[in-house]
Amino acid sequence: MASLLDLLVAGLATGAIYALVAVGFTLLWQTSQTINFAQGEFVMLPAFLMLAAMHAGAPFWLAIVIGILLSMILLGLAFKMLLVDPMLRHGVLPLAIATMALAIGMKEAVKQFFSAEASPFPSIVPTNDISVFGHVISLQSLGVFVVAILAVMGLTALLNRTSLGHQMQAAAQNPTVARIIGVPVERMILLTFLINAVLVALASLLITPIYLAKFSSGEVLGQAAFIAAIVGGFNQVRGAIAGGLLIGVLDNLSAAYVSTQYRAAVPLIFLIVIILFRPQGLLGRSEERTV
Amino acid sequence: MRPTILAGALFAIGSLSAAFAQSSGPIKLADVAELSGGGATVGTNWKNGIDLAVEEINAKGGILGRKIEVTHADSQSNPGVARAQVQKALDDEPYVLLGPGYSGSVKVTAPLAADAGITQIMGGEAAELTQMGDKFLFRTSFGQQSSMPKVAKYINDELKARSVAVVWVNNDFGRGGRDVIVKEFGRLGITVVADQSTEAGQSDFAADVSKIKAASPDAVFIYLNEEESARILKEIKRQGVTAPLIGETTLVGQKVIELAGGAANGARGHVGLTTDAPVDLIKQFRDKFVKKYNYVPDHNGIKGYLAVYMVKATTDKMGKVDPKAFADTLHGLTIKATEEPGMLMDVTFDEHGDIDRQGFLVEVVDGKQVVTQVLPKLH
Repeated sequence: MASLLDLLVAGLATGAIYALVAVGFTLLWQTSQTINFAQGEFVMLPAFLMLAAMHAGAPFWLAIVIGILLSMILLGLAFKMLLVDPMLRHGVLPLAIATMALAIGMKEAVKQFFSAEASPFPSIVPTNDISVFGHVISLQSLGVFVVAILAVMGLTALLNRTSLGHQMQAAAQNPTVARIIGVPVERMILLTFLINAVLVALASLLITPIYLAKFSSGEVLGQAAFIAAIVGGFNQVRGAIAGGLLIGVLDNLSAAYVSTQYRAAVPLIFLIVIILFRPQGLLGRSEERTV
Repeated sequence: MRPTILAGALFAIGSLSAAFAQSSGPIKLADVAELSGGGATVGTNWKNGIDLAVEEINAKGGILGRKIEVTHADSQSNPGVARAQVQKALDDEPYVLLGPGYSGSVKVTAPLAADAGITQIMGGEAAELTQMGDKFLFRTSFGQQSSMPKVAKYINDELKARSVAVVWVNNDFGRGGRDVIVKEFGRLGITVVADQSTEAGQSDFAADVSKIKAASPDAVFIYLNEEESARILKEIKRQGVTAPLIGETTLVGQKVIELAGGAANGARGHVGLTTDAPVDLIKQFRDKFVKKYNYVPDHNGIKGYLAVYMVKATTDKMGKVDPKAFADTLHGLTIKATEEPGMLMDVTFDEHGDIDRQGFLVEVVDGKQVVTQVLPKLH
């Protein structure tokens, strides 16, 4: 049997990345009822933006900065203004379908303008091993986990401890009242889109060295993050974090102890169980739906 | 009556011009390859190799004075799409069909080409492909039945491993290789302590590698496609597995080295074709390829190049462009590199469409394939 510790470490590392992506998912849902089915492709694209910057001669650190900035412009600002705003007027479902179309468009565009082949991507965390209590643990797994968790903790602090965060929460919970008490709701919504763009760019930076930069690499991630968000609770940031970690670990354990062929099915079965018995998610709260 | 006469006349003109085109126009080759999807590396190299060969041959006046014209279609690495694309290509009555590269796609398209009586020169390596009694199918590289015994022998004789972990991709290619090598291991008395199947396009290999690590084998045999090979090599390094890693061309190819970086170092394998082979013609091919495409091709680039030169050598041998007699001529044909430099090495095709040629054992050292042993041509 495979070592449980290895599986847990690897599962938590992937799970932390799922959590990053899932948090962005829930943020968009809470503030603007956007179910972004292109979220996986949102993770795929920043890596290619960074690669393009590096091909143009930028050093890695600068490419990261450029990648994050471009993500904020394309996946934050442009996504909101060109797709979400015009579509949301027609309801949640047309918008969700539009994001599916966007996902296909993004994949094909990367295939067309970059390459259909996978490309290597440098790692921001060292790739050697360290020994913990006589057990070899990959520094990369640990680094990915730590960076992702720090990012999520930073975001939670921003939401709960700062005035800006409180305004964002107010805008999400009750836009009408928030407007009355003077919260710039539109700006707060835009801010969540920008935060989502930064989160996916960070996830891209962490996962691409392991999965390789490839136009199709968002498919698995998007699905995993979607399941994680529902399992954890679509309306809670902490739910998305728990859901992400849980799905990451579950995926790895099922690949080791059930079978590789059925590994993809286990999180889905888990999802069905959650929907049947706890539809608001593990940490979510049941809400009255306005839409 | 008039419309009938008109139609008849048109038909006559049509068939005449078709016949004219067959005998004097450009020689039409149809390529169906994995230009996108999981096999994009395979298909892109294959296509580039073909284009390079066609350009060279045309620059020297073509085959028997006729230029070559090649069309490329994308199978999207999907056997269903490959079948549709091959059917479409065959409708245009090509002289020879090139591709696909994936064994699964070859398996479903070979009957179409055979029914049409068109020779198919492909990149697939699954053992069963040439054992189906197909009279029109030819390989450009070794089939698994000739490469796997060499790998098993190396693991037994040189590494002296008594236990191995086998990791394979769950498709026709992977399953074919796994079956042949596991049988060989059984014959040599080597125990398979982990028999790990993985999925095509799989991104995360953490669980698979944990299982291999837990089985602590003397050696790990890895038989995946290129991108997955790169991912598993990285994961193996991440988890600190120290057993020797042995595979075939898809473990130690250029693309794998590029994608896996330092994690590919130390991987060893048997390769039928490598641009690092100590063969002058291959070195020249490599230089021409790099000049045209600005990257070092993997074995699929060589395969595509050879496929076109197989068409040239066979047609030169027949002295005429005859699609019907093509396959018969190629069966049993030996082509010497001195006579047709485009074939790069001496090669013999047997009655099944399998090839006999020299092969190489390589190891990845400092991000480069190093040939450690040359295995001679059998006959």
